[in-house]
Amino acid sequence: MRFQLTEEQRALQAAVRDVVGRRLSAGPSWLVAQFPAPLNGTAGPGAYQPRLDRVLWRTLGELGLFSLRLPEADGGAGLGLPEAVLVFEEAGWALVPGPLVATHLAAGEVPGAAAGEVVVAAVDGRLVEWLAEADVVRPGAEGAVPLRSVDPLTPLHRVPAPSRTDPVAVLLTAAEQLGTATRVCESAVQHARTREQFGQPIGAFQAVKHLCAQMLVRVEVARAAVYAAAVTADPADIAAARLLADEAAVRGARDCLQVHGGMGFTWECEVQLHLKRAWVRAQRGGGTTESEELLAADLVA
Amino acid sequence: MDLSYTPEEEEFRARLREWLGKVLPTLPPKPSPEDWPGRRAYDLGWQRMLYDAGYADVHWDASPTTRLIFLEETEKAGAPYVGANFVGLLHAGPTIAAEGTPAQRARWLPPILRGEEVWCQGFSEPDAGSDLAALRTRARRDGDEYVVSGSKIWTSHAEVADWCELLVRTDPDAPKHKGISWLAMPMDAPGITVRPLRTLAGSAEFAEVFLDDVRVPVANRVGDENDGWRVTMVTLSFERGTAFAGEVVACRRVLGELAAEARRRGRWDDPVLRRRLGRLNAEFRGLWRLIQWNVSEAEGSSGVPGVGGSVFKLRYSHARQELYDAAAEVLGPGALDLGSPWMLDRLSSLSYTIAAGTSQIQQNIVAERILGLPKGR
Repeated sequence: MRFQLTEEQRALQAAVRDVVGRRLSAGPSWLVAQFPAPLNGTAGPGAYQPRLDRVLWRTLGELGLFSLRLPEADGGAGLGLPEAVLVFEEAGWALVPGPLVATHLAAGEVPGAAAGEVVVAAVDGRLVEWLAEADVVRPGAEGAVPLRSVDPLTPLHRVPAPSRTDPVAVLLTAAEQLGTATRVCESAVQHARTREQFGQPIGAFQAVKHLCAQMLVRVEVARAAVYAAAVTADPADIAAARLLADEAAVRGARDCLQVHGGMGFTWECEVQLHLKRAWVRAQRGGGTTESEELLAADLVA
Repeated sequence: MDLSYTPEEEEFRARLREWLGKVLPTLPPKPSPEDWPGRRAYDLGWQRMLYDAGYADVHWDASPTTRLIFLEETEKAGAPYVGANFVGLLHAGPTIAAEGTPAQRARWLPPILRGEEVWCQGFSEPDAGSDLAALRTRARRDGDEYVVSGSKIWTSHAEVADWCELLVRTDPDAPKHKGISWLAMPMDAPGITVRPLRTLAGSAEFAEVFLDDVRVPVANRVGDENDGWRVTMVTLSFERGTAFAGEVVACRRVLGELAAEARRRGRWDDPVLRRRLGRLNAEFRGLWRLIQWNVSEAEGSSGVPGVGGSVFKLRYSHARQELYDAAAEVLGPGALDLGSPWMLDRLSSLSYTIAAGTSQIQQNIVAERILGLPKGR
């Protein structure tokens, strides 16, 4: 048993971090500047629609984010779920916007998806992310109605007929959540080290310290579960990974916001974007209910 | 990332399984928890069987993965726990192996492995719990002996131990971490009084140990004088490493039993209870994967578990309590009957967030040593 990243996997992780990190070099503040705060009451449903950055999309395509599990003969990298999970974790870490999971799953089936030339959205449950910006929607979104999305970087539509979700989509979503959980833990620790009150960094206070420690604990448990589920591809492992990663991302973002104090409540602070994205992802794949039920059934199987 | 085991590891697992299937039916009946001499004999007897079959040193010399397989298989087969051998195998033994002289290793290690001597731990004191380095038990040098006076607390198996790994203050004027030494104290020395303490579960799991001018040979000191704190840290990291692997396997079995019991009681239609158990399934699956991750990491380094053990212990100790709280929900009013299954385990689970470093201290360790947050005033 060697349940650690291989050299190649580490290199892949670093390469992706390099590209998405450089592309989003101004960090989430770049994202915030792109999407100024809507004034309450002035932006009705669907009135506030972010555009998807097509140049970024092609860059992600060149990076192999969509094609990496395709055979080399079909222009892919012939890699597996563990590598896909590492790449999606990085995308989550960098808060990359767009229907990443849907387009990844469409690679090899929808022409142009693998290379990042085509944007593919998918119905997940009763929701569709990025419908208006998508070139292709699977399996179709008749009767879609726009929502006033809580996440300024994820436009949402609701559809009348629900659609089931591929377990791989659930796993890749868990990987994105893991990236968010890691990022918000780093952000909280960074703030706690530098922000001073009462003459010392707030991270010296145990009340703050313990919030940060629990963030890391949730990240590490989620990481082990997500990576293991990528190796086994077992539905119960995937369900466990999603529950633990959702918890790590959502509670982590909440605690990160708390550590940031008043600044955490502002539009400029990146934490809001991580929290809102984590909320959106937690709804995918039937939400936590479906995964909990799957794991309950597993106990009596 | 690879979760498969090598052919050698699988062969080890198969041989162990076969051996367990053969010997477990030959074990004598388990003694009552109150019968200390009986428990001592039972636990030492099991260790002797492990020794004769070549498994005695699995906690020391085996690779972390082999150790994990051992813990997993013995738990699944329902084999006895380390019990009275815990301190010898997981605390004192590894410390002597790492820090002792050849003569000390030759004297103390073989009897631990052969199941002949029981060790207990004299670390905590009434005024030195989480702040262990504040310990005050004094050891005064008198020729080639130390004269030790003070008191220790939470000492498991003190009633039946042959040896005590004892932390004493040898330099009261030095800063608190710098004046401590590690001694092996024979438990039959004059001046030792053992007073059992009852836990909230009603069992006598540990004791207070009073030391009144107990003479311990200087030759029984492991490591240099006043270097005992460093020597001790080696020991503590063992307890926070793979020590709980077998228990996580056991928790997953209990979870399955809880689901079956809920079904028998017609409670499986309750979605709140069902989802609570489903979430615990995720929890213990995650903890098992974290053990595998940590074991693989240890395999690649020195094999000594690091502060990552604190991350695991924080989550596991809480999850174990949640598990038995869920058991209480399944049982309903039956949870108030200590004759019901799991309810004594529920009581003992309350110690998990306290023993071997409280959750609050573990969070400080994680925040300061892993995340690099500053120490508080």
